[in-house]
Amino acid sequence: MKPRSDYEHSLWRRLVRFVDGETLEDVEKRAEELQEKSAKSQVEADIRSEQILEEEEDEEDKDNREEKENRKRELEKAHEKEAAAMLEKYKNWPKEHGVKIFGRLYAVMAVVLCLIIIVTLLVTVSYLPEFGQPDNPNNNEVVRRYNADGLEETGATNAVAGMILDYRAFDTLGESHVLFVAACCVMILLRLELTKDGKPTDKKRASEENDRLYEPKNDKILQGSAKILVPVIILFGIYVILNGHLSPGGGFSGGAIIGAGLILYLNAFGFEKTTRIMNRKNYAVISVVPLLFYAMAKGYSFFTGANHLESGIPKGTPGAILSAGLILPLNICVGIVVACTMYNFYTLFRKGGM
Amino acid sequence: MLGNLFANYYEAVSIILFGIGFTTLLLNRNMIKKIMGLNIMDTAIYLFLAAKGYIYGRKVPIVSGTVPEPENYINPIPSGLVLTGIVVSVSVTAVMLSLTIRLYRRYKTLDIDEITRLVKEEK
Repeated sequence: MKPRSDYEHSLWRRLVRFVDGETLEDVEKRAEELQEKSAKSQVEADIRSEQILEEEEDEEDKDNREEKENRKRELEKAHEKEAAAMLEKYKNWPKEHGVKIFGRLYAVMAVVLCLIIIVTLLVTVSYLPEFGQPDNPNNNEVVRRYNADGLEETGATNAVAGMILDYRAFDTLGESHVLFVAACCVMILLRLELTKDGKPTDKKRASEENDRLYEPKNDKILQGSAKILVPVIILFGIYVILNGHLSPGGGFSGGAIIGAGLILYLNAFGFEKTTRIMNRKNYAVISVVPLLFYAMAKGYSFFTGANHLESGIPKGTPGAILSAGLILPLNICVGIVVACTMYNFYTLFRKGGM
Repeated sequence: MLGNLFANYYEAVSIILFGIGFTTLLLNRNMIKKIMGLNIMDTAIYLFLAAKGYIYGRKVPIVSGTVPEPENYINPIPSGLVLTGIVVSVSVTAVMLSLTIRLYRRYKTLDIDEITRLVKEEK
């Protein structure tokens, strides 16, 4: 941290001066006193050296006088140096100690601030309605409607899926876009580009070399367990996505499971195998197309819903896998976007791109 | 004054967790630890929302038969909000971590004061 040059005029110094009950003039006077003191001590030292010289003059030859003069000059220089050092020390005091004191004060104030926040929020919690009671104000008519008519209106037996992908589908669309934009930001920040003729740049080659150092090379245990686990993990992810409207789960959780399976596969078998399915071109297509489909589908259903038109999307029988109108396709879209994004994050963090 | 503090112990614990996360965020100079503190704060919010949605003796809002029984289900809205929160926190964490990696590549340190000093020296 670099202290400011006008340290004496800073808010903090003014506060300290206020607390100590002194003014700016006092501080300046102290600085002048310090300078005067050093000057005085220099004068004293000069007198002393002159006395020594006079005493010695009587005893010694005049040939030595030059030498003495030199010594005197050296003494003077040393005193000057000392005074300058003291002034420097005074000027540097905030640089050396101010930061330390500020750091300690900052820590204390941070803890105090956090304690104040915790106590305030705990007092607020003590005024909140009692935990788990059915007549709390947050269990209002919206919730009753979601729970009572959700099955009939959305066709999904899972009320949460019905809520986030039907009543509040716009929110979920925004969520998917947040994830997509985050993936784009990470790509901008971490991607190592190829040169124009398609060859890897020095940076990319260096990072790949670095990556190969830490990559497990054909680890038999890892490969064996990955061979057994990866199909099961990906199948389970697909199950979670497809049953999002019937049971706990949905696009986000299922997508995260599939992404984890892909990352495990990548760790076991290396980039050569995975880039056959997940390269940059494929990533662009299979993450943008679901988002576009999502936006189109929801746009259609919002348009028809707002104009009281029949949307023509069959609800199906509740509990069947092909039911709940648009929820199943939307869950699949979200799942694909999430899986791709997770995998992409991993590759970008590991070596700057697929 | 302490009316419902002990009845609302889930909320109280989530507030304390939030405070721990916030203190971590403020006191640590290491950027990775700061990000960890922010994630602890996120987790506290999820716990708070999930606790708000629970009702004693009720089940998840998934219709098991053909007729819904609204008197038997908990509040589904906080669950949806937690889902949104998790996704947003994953995205924000990814962006923060990638920015940290860029800073590390340039300044070879994760100490935020050190980075500030180096940035000022560069000017």
